[in-house]
Amino acid sequence: MTRKAADSIRKGLEEVPEYARKNHMPEIKYYWEDLVPGEVVQFGAYHVTKEEIIAFASEYDPQLMHTDEEAAKKTFIGGLCSSGWHSCAMAMRMMCDHYLLQSAGMGSPGLDDSKWRAPVRPGDILSMTRECLERRASKSRPEMGLTRFRHTMANQHGEVKMILEGSMMFARRNPGAEV
Amino acid sequence: MAQWLEDIELGNRIDLGAWKMDEAEMIAFARKYDPQPFHIDPAAAAGSHFGGIVASGWFTIACWMRAMMKHRNEQNLKYEKPEIETSGPKPQNGPSPGFINLQWPTPVRPGDVLTFSATTAEKILMKTRPQWGIIRSTNEGFNQKGELVLRFTGQGMVMRKPQS
Repeated sequence: MTRKAADSIRKGLEEVPEYARKNHMPEIKYYWEDLVPGEVVQFGAYHVTKEEIIAFASEYDPQLMHTDEEAAKKTFIGGLCSSGWHSCAMAMRMMCDHYLLQSAGMGSPGLDDSKWRAPVRPGDILSMTRECLERRASKSRPEMGLTRFRHTMANQHGEVKMILEGSMMFARRNPGAEV
Repeated sequence: MAQWLEDIELGNRIDLGAWKMDEAEMIAFARKYDPQPFHIDPAAAAGSHFGGIVASGWFTIACWMRAMMKHRNEQNLKYEKPEIETSGPKPQNGPSPGFINLQWPTPVRPGDVLTFSATTAEKILMKTRPQWGIIRSTNEGFNQKGELVLRFTGQGMVMRKPQS
């Protein structure tokens, strides 16, 4: 890892919200039971900068469309844009800030589908729409359940940038209870 | 080296090497992008169902991409030498429309050594862009115990050979 990129990622330490810091136990607002199919929630305002796009891509996805403003103009994509993995990471941060860190989240087994619809550019202000699609209690692990979401990320002009569909695991408020 | 869609062989597995997962980098990444307690706080992680720090899945996949880009850059240096450059149009790699079927079946822990690979799996023609196609590949990571930690189907746009 280059020093510059490491410094850039470490800068993120200052951006960690108070409730995510060590020794601070947040109040759990959302258990598996609280995330109900059909519910639609909007959240987030992630300001995308050229510096962050280049820092992430220099470390993990060094392609000219993500790392070099001038060279990016000559590519298919027509200008600097974020790595798709960086877009996923920015979406994840919004999910953390707006509900996961206040939830009894237990991680994710994966995602079924993603669509990188449009390039994410410097100056974009990203926000998320979360649709709860379905949920099921785990038979083998009565303390948890799975919930499937569609997360749509758009910019300040309503341009859809990315759609993610996948499941997350949450602890149950009432383990093993009939649903 | 970019290839024309028509020239890509399916079933070709590329070994992307073995990569040790660094704890400091794993935690720094998660603090910026995925600050859930089991990714950033050793004490909280020890008390969680994971029993210790585990990598954000996005960190694992970013490390796979890093391995892929290192391989691709090495291939470029090896093959794109002036003496073997040919005249006429050259193929280019385009962006990706997204990934599908992403699985994180086993948690990744600090110090794990992950072996990454990519295997070409499928070609898809694009109705809307006749000069381009999509190549799908099955991308994987296994840890030092041989457990699958990452699998996803990657997609990338690749140019089609011009019709003469």
